[in-house]
Amino acid sequence: MKSINQYFATALAVCAVFLLFSCSTPVSPSPEPDAPAGGKLRLEFDNVVGDKNLVLGSVTYKNASNEDFVVTKFNYFISNVKLTKADGSIFVVPQDSSYFLVKEDTKTSQFVTLNNVPFADYTAAEFMVGVDSTRNTAPIEKRQGVLDPSGSMMDDGMYWAWNSGYIFVKLEGTSSKGNPVNGKFYYHIGLFGGYNERTVNNTRVVKMSFGQLKASVTESAVPEVHLLVDVLKVFDGPSTNISIAAYNSIMGGQPDKSQQIASNYVNMFSLDHIH
Amino acid sequence: MNRLIFLLTLSLICCSTAEQKAPLPVKTGPTPMTWTKPAGFPDPVYDLSRNPLTEEGVQLGKFLFYDGILSRTNLVGCGTCHQQAAAFTHHGHELSHGVDDRLGVRNSPAIQNMAWNTSFFWDGGVHDMDLVPFNPIENPVEMDQKVVNVLDKLRNTPSPTAKIPVNYPQMFKAAFGTDEINSERMMKALSQFMMTMISATSRYDYYRAGDANALTAQEKQGLVLFQKNCSSCHQGVLFTDHSFRNNGLLPMRNNDQGRFAITGKPGDVYKFKVPSLRNVGLTAPYMHDGRYHTLEEVLDHYTDSVQKTPTLDTLLIQSSGTPGIALSGTEKQSLIAFLKTLSDEQFIRDSKFADPGIGTAF
Repeated sequence: MKSINQYFATALAVCAVFLLFSCSTPVSPSPEPDAPAGGKLRLEFDNVVGDKNLVLGSVTYKNASNEDFVVTKFNYFISNVKLTKADGSIFVVPQDSSYFLVKEDTKTSQFVTLNNVPFADYTAAEFMVGVDSTRNTAPIEKRQGVLDPSGSMMDDGMYWAWNSGYIFVKLEGTSSKGNPVNGKFYYHIGLFGGYNERTVNNTRVVKMSFGQLKASVTESAVPEVHLLVDVLKVFDGPSTNISIAAYNSIMGGQPDKSQQIASNYVNMFSLDHIH
Repeated sequence: MNRLIFLLTLSLICCSTAEQKAPLPVKTGPTPMTWTKPAGFPDPVYDLSRNPLTEEGVQLGKFLFYDGILSRTNLVGCGTCHQQAAAFTHHGHELSHGVDDRLGVRNSPAIQNMAWNTSFFWDGGVHDMDLVPFNPIENPVEMDQKVVNVLDKLRNTPSPTAKIPVNYPQMFKAAFGTDEINSERMMKALSQFMMTMISATSRYDYYRAGDANALTAQEKQGLVLFQKNCSSCHQGVLFTDHSFRNNGLLPMRNNDQGRFAITGKPGDVYKFKVPSLRNVGLTAPYMHDGRYHTLEEVLDHYTDSVQKTPTLDTLLIQSSGTPGIALSGTEKQSLIAFLKTLSDEQFIRDSKFADPGIGTAF
C-alpha cells in the first residue's frame, strides 16, 4: 500500500506540474498605464512652397537667393513621435511603430496615423526628422518596412549602402542654376552621428505646440493635426540661405554643408489647423 | 483513498490531453551547423545568435555569392571580383570592373575571416556584415542593381533562361522555413556563407600550433623582422588591428581620400583600412588602388617612397624624422619569405567555398 501511495504521490506531483503549466494562463504584465486600448491620431504632412502648394515637376518656385527651381522629388523620414497631453504627461509612440517615410509623390504616405493613442486631449507633438542613431546601427531584422535598406519598388531608396545609414531628407529638382550637365540639383541629407567615431549628426527634433488648439482623441474622434511643410525652408534658414548656384549637390560628402541644411529643415514644419 | 483515485483519474485526463497536444514528429527545419573558432583566434565580432548557421543557409549563401542574378546584367556575381584561387580577390586587376566593364576606384579586398571584421571596405563605411552586400550590388560600377530588384528576380526563379536554373524559393524555404524572400533573409544567408570562409591553415598556423619545422630558417628570420617592423598595425593572428591609417601613398589622379569620405574628419584624409596580410602572397596587386604588383614593390614603398603628408601614420616616421621603415635587401627577402607562409592552400582549394556551378567569373 505504501508503494501505491508513493505512486499516487508521484502522479499527483506530475499532475500538479501539468496543471500549472497547461491550464494556467500566463501571468500577464500589469497593463501599461500609457497604452490602454486607445484611439487614433493623424498627423498630416502637407508639403508646400511658401504660400503655394507643392506640385512636383511642373511649377516653378523661387528661393530667397532669387533662384528659380522645380521640385521633382521630396521625401523625408519622421520618427520618434511623442504627444503631450493637456495634463503635461507624455505619450510616447512605441519605438517599433514610430518610423514613417513621407513622400510627395505618394499621397497616403503624407497621412501618418498613430494607433493605440490613449484617450486624452493633446496639446503638443514632438518628432524627429530622420532616423535615430540606434536604429541606424540596428541589426537587419530591426529594419523592416520603410526602414528596409532595399527600399521598395516605388521609390529610389533612402539608404546609403556605401556609408551605411539612412537619408533623412531627399530634395531633388531642376533649376536654371542647376548643375551644368543636366540642370538638376540634389540634396540628400543623412548622417546620424557615426557608428564608433563621432561624425556630423543631422537628425533634428521638432517640437510643435498646438497653441490654443487641442487634439482630442476619443472613442469616436480621430483628430487630424494638419502640418504644413515648407520646401523653401530647406533652402532658406535663419542663419544660412542655400544657393543652388553655389551648391547643386549636397550629400554625405559635404557634412558641414549638410549640417546647415539640417538646421534649416528643422524649421520647415508649422501647424495649420486641427480637425 | 477515493480522493486519491479521483486525483489520479484527473491526472490521467490531464496527461492524455497534454499528450494529444504534443507535436507529432515532423521533418525538422534546417540542419544546424556548428561554427568553430580556430585555435588562438579571438572571439568573432559577428553575432551568430542572431543568425545561427545551418547547412541550408550556408548553401543558399554560397549560391547567392556566385550568382550573377545579383547584378543588373545577370552576369556579375560576388565571385566575379572575389575569386577563390586568389583568396577571394580579383587577381591581376588593379581596379575591378563591374557591369559593362565599368571600372571601380579601389582594389577588391580579400573575403576571408570576415567574422572578425569590425568594419568593412577600405574606408570602413559599413559596420555590419549583413549590410555589406547592399554596397557592391547598388554601386553603379559594380553590380548596378537595386536589392529590391534582386529580390524580385529571386522570387521569379527558376528562370528558364538562366544558364543553370536555380529554384531560390525552394532554397529559401529549406534555409528559413518558408519560401518568403526578403532582404533580411538574403543578407543573412550571404553572411552565413561568409562566416564559414575562414583562413587559418597556412604554414604559419602550423608553426603557431607548435610545428617548429613548418617554417624555414629564412622564414623564421622574416617572422622576427615582421614582428619588429610590421606587427604594430598588422597585428595578431588576423594580421590587422582593423584601424585606418595613412601609409604614405602619393594620391592618384582621383585623389581618393579614403576614410575621410565616411567621417568627414580632416585627420582621416588619405587613411585606409589596414588589411589583413593572410594570403597576401596570393592577392596581388596591392594597396587600396592596386598600384603595386609585387610584394617587392610594396616593401620598396615602405623603405623608399613613403610620403610625408599631415596625416601620415606616426609609426611610419623614424626617430631621425625620415619617413618609412629601414630594411636591407636581405631583410626584405626574408620578410617576403615569411609573408608567403601566410598563404593558405587549403582555404583556396576547399570545395566548400567553390562555385557550385552557377558562377560567371571572368
